Amino acid sequence: MSKKEEERRRGAFTRRAVLLATGQVGLFGFLGWRLHRLQVQEGDRYATLAEENRISARLIAPPRGRVMDRTGHVVAANRLNWRALLVAEQTQDVNATLETFSRIVPLAEHERTRIEREVRRRRRFVPAVVREFLTWDEMARIEMNAPDLPGISIDVGTTRLYPEAEHLAHIVGYVAPPAESDIDGDPLLELPGIRVGRAGIERHHDRLLRGRAGAVQLEVNAVGRVIRELDRREGVPGQDVQISIDTGLQKAVRERIEEGTSVVVMDVRNGEVLAMASQPSFDPNLFNSGVSNAQWRAWTANRATPLINKATNGLYAPGSTFKMVVASAALEAKVCTPGERVTCPGYYDLGDTRFHCWSRYGHGGVDMRSALKLSCDVYFYEMAKRTGMDRMAAMANRYGLGVELDIELPGSRRGFVPTRAWRMAQGKAWNLGDTVVHGIGQGFYQLTPLSLCTMVSRVASGRAVQPHLTRAVGGRPIRGVRPEDWPSMGLPDRDLRLMREGMWAVVNEEGGTARIARLPAGLGQMAGKTGTTQVRRVSREQRERGFRVETMPREWRPHALFVGFAPHDNPQYAVSVVVEHGTSGSAAAAPLARDVMAETLTRMRGGSGPGQRVADAVPGGPVPTPRRDGG
Amino acid sequence: MAFERRLLMRERGTGVLEKLWLIPWTFVMLLSAVAAVGYVALYSAGGGSAEPYASKHLLRFGFGLVMMLSLALVDIRVIARFAWVGWLGGVALLVLVALHGNVGKGAQRWIDIGPIQLQPSELMKIMLVLGLAAWFHRASWERVGNLLFLIPPVLMVLIPVGLILKQPNLGTGLITALVGGGMFFAAGVRWWKFAVVAGIAGVIAPIAYDRLHDYQRARITTFLDPESDPLGAGYNIIQSKIALGSGGVWGKGFLQGTQGHLNFLPEKQTDFIFTMIAEEFGFAGAISVLALLALVVVFGFLVALRCRNQFGRLLAIGLATNFFLYVFVNVAMVTGSIPVGGVPLPLISHGGSAMLTVMLGFGLLMSVHVHRDVEFGGSRD
Repeated sequence: MSKKEEERRRGAFTRRAVLLATGQVGLFGFLGWRLHRLQVQEGDRYATLAEENRISARLIAPPRGRVMDRTGHVVAANRLNWRALLVAEQTQDVNATLETFSRIVPLAEHERTRIEREVRRRRRFVPAVVREFLTWDEMARIEMNAPDLPGISIDVGTTRLYPEAEHLAHIVGYVAPPAESDIDGDPLLELPGIRVGRAGIERHHDRLLRGRAGAVQLEVNAVGRVIRELDRREGVPGQDVQISIDTGLQKAVRERIEEGTSVVVMDVRNGEVLAMASQPSFDPNLFNSGVSNAQWRAWTANRATPLINKATNGLYAPGSTFKMVVASAALEAKVCTPGERVTCPGYYDLGDTRFHCWSRYGHGGVDMRSALKLSCDVYFYEMAKRTGMDRMAAMANRYGLGVELDIELPGSRRGFVPTRAWRMAQGKAWNLGDTVVHGIGQGFYQLTPLSLCTMVSRVASGRAVQPHLTRAVGGRPIRGVRPEDWPSMGLPDRDLRLMREGMWAVVNEEGGTARIARLPAGLGQMAGKTGTTQVRRVSREQRERGFRVETMPREWRPHALFVGFAPHDNPQYAVSVVVEHGTSGSAAAAPLARDVMAETLTRMRGGSGPGQRVADAVPGGPVPTPRRDGG
Repeated sequence: MAFERRLLMRERGTGVLEKLWLIPWTFVMLLSAVAAVGYVALYSAGGGSAEPYASKHLLRFGFGLVMMLSLALVDIRVIARFAWVGWLGGVALLVLVALHGNVGKGAQRWIDIGPIQLQPSELMKIMLVLGLAAWFHRASWERVGNLLFLIPPVLMVLIPVGLILKQPNLGTGLITALVGGGMFFAAGVRWWKFAVVAGIAGVIAPIAYDRLHDYQRARITTFLDPESDPLGAGYNIIQSKIALGSGGVWGKGFLQGTQGHLNFLPEKQTDFIFTMIAEEFGFAGAISVLALLALVVVFGFLVALRCRNQFGRLLAIGLATNFFLYVFVNVAMVTGSIPVGGVPLPLISHGGSAMLTVMLGFGLLMSVHVHRDVEFGGSRD
């Protein structure tokens, strides 16, 4: 192409490029004009200036799902709550509005501060709560003065009601206004007066219970009065959650127990928790409107820890209730046969250390079955020595001890079973003497009553059931209701039968340590195991001086434990009882377990109506002497 | 001798360092500013959080930036030589998506290449510009006037446009056709030919309307009267206009937009991101963003006018027009000026495919600018 032709081509290009550019810039101008018309000229039509109508969008809170017990009885409900709200963008002066408001309904200084903080923190179109739980009188006064209260509106929200109050507080938990750390992008949490689950089922299933926010688009006038609804998108209501607790049983259990006691009742076939009581408790309804500082201090200063669920967070040594685990581990390790007899002279010598049996006269020759029945310490010292700590610990884990359980209670403790590696990691030696002591459930163990109940459920069913509270969500049953949903523990039937038989003998055979726990006639027979765990070391001199547990200060006395299941030939329910400083498993825990189990069996067979209870048996029977040093 | 050496240097091009010097860094900053607007808007669309949109946006822009700067260093003559490969590749991908593509919203539009979802129709626009620039590069003014000479480029436009319309994707199809038309105009095709084409289109349009999909027809009818079906097809336009109008002059403030945050705005992170900006930052914010985008287009034209080779000139004008059409169609759509179609706002909307193709285009534009003084090609007659 010649230079001339190139020039011509370039000239034409330049002319046309300038034309194109002009056209495009012109079209940009058109867009700008269009925006100006929409946003500036017609802006009023769509809502901006205070005097005119405007479009306002509001979130609608879906109702929070309810919590029901296994019979369908509602244990967490919603109750109407009339509130005064303030939408910052609907008033020109938030302070002036609040000033007027407090002349009609007095506002305390701290309320003013809270409202101002909320208004600052939230977006201007999200309402802030000025006052909750309004009375009719207050509402009438606010309505009458509405023209002087721009931005204030009254609406009805819901608040949580726990009809069973402290009976289910540790299980159902409670709700409270969301904290800064709860904000997770869910617009629902910005709603005024919204509550989130803070503990228990309310917290675990918070997302399901909460539902999803809807929104409504309204045309409102300057004082916030709704002129018409333009559009609405429905939210999704929270789902109802059904839990496995039997409220009647739970109440009966709670009425039977004293401060410092915790009880768990489980269905051994599927792991459902039927009752879980921990004394003392608290009223979760108090969290609705905010707990006062005085109340909070009273709870936290109470040494009996009402806010803590001892069934899931109390940590105890299992004592003799651990002996099934040791026996099971010994059988699996094949270090003994069930029929092999160990002679118990009342003590056990390892090197120059002497370990005592709880019976100072000894049990003579005992095999595995009678060792469980008599709770012979010497037999289990020997089995522990042969099996070794690590194999015992591994077996304990298989029984659900010292491992994370699937219970739906946030903050539950997993407990702890020591191993040699753990001790060595602390830079300490693990001696054979330590193993021997751990063979009778004393030492470094820290286990929860719930995990003990899980252990005995697994002994009874042979399945690795997990304790759980949820039965159904939104009316659909969850997986785990049928026994077949749970895998086998993988232990030989023969071993498990031996454990169960030994536990049966504990309760029902002459010489068993918990004869007192026999069930009333007609309810079948219970199998169980007692446990007594020292909280304070008893020295030899004290023992020789005839140191008596009855004369000890209460907080030095041993904890009393009992685990059991019934009926022994067709296991259905398991129970675990821990009585803090109850002194003796046989005397304090076993009778309690008997009453709880009797109550459970009666109720579950539909034999007793709500409120009816099985009569308390008179505590009594032989009280074993306090036991052993070397713990 | 000295003259010859200079010619030689021109032939070989300059070194990498010199090229880096020639890159228009102010333009890079302009693009970064637009992308930053996108970050802010997507942060708001994510409910006041960098997740899930804004952080990805930043990542994609960073990746695009690297790609763009690398492309800027590629010799313009190499690009010209392989332009037809790009066109063929683009068409091949369109065929592939027609055969194996994923169906989204009732249309086959994208294919998965590993982790990347590619919309070949986006890529095709760039490839069409490349192909047409290469075709017209060697043509003299007289040659362009020849009707026979125009048959191949017309096919180059019609084949991809037909494939895109068949997906079906009316919006992108029309934009592609318009980009092609713009290139024809810049290349010097005579005025009367455009008049004839426009006339024919006027006759065909009513017939074509009958053959459109229902949703495409619905878009056109609701455009003409949005209030006729406020909860149906007209919903998007009405909600978008409410959002714009309620934004007023100065806006409701960052994160304070009710329409966007309460989900009344459909697809606020993609097609309606501009509405979100206009609601929260008002007319002042919207017009500023529009001005930034106009500057990008103007820069493209300046590059075209500065360039000393026809290929570069046509490439630059095609790319600028393509970017302009993106912006115009999107903003016109959300202001209710033209029917709604799935066109994102480049560099601001959430979405990887559009961002990467736009950055690819800018890479080519920069190469044109860096190699603006290279003279090549010329006589074929």
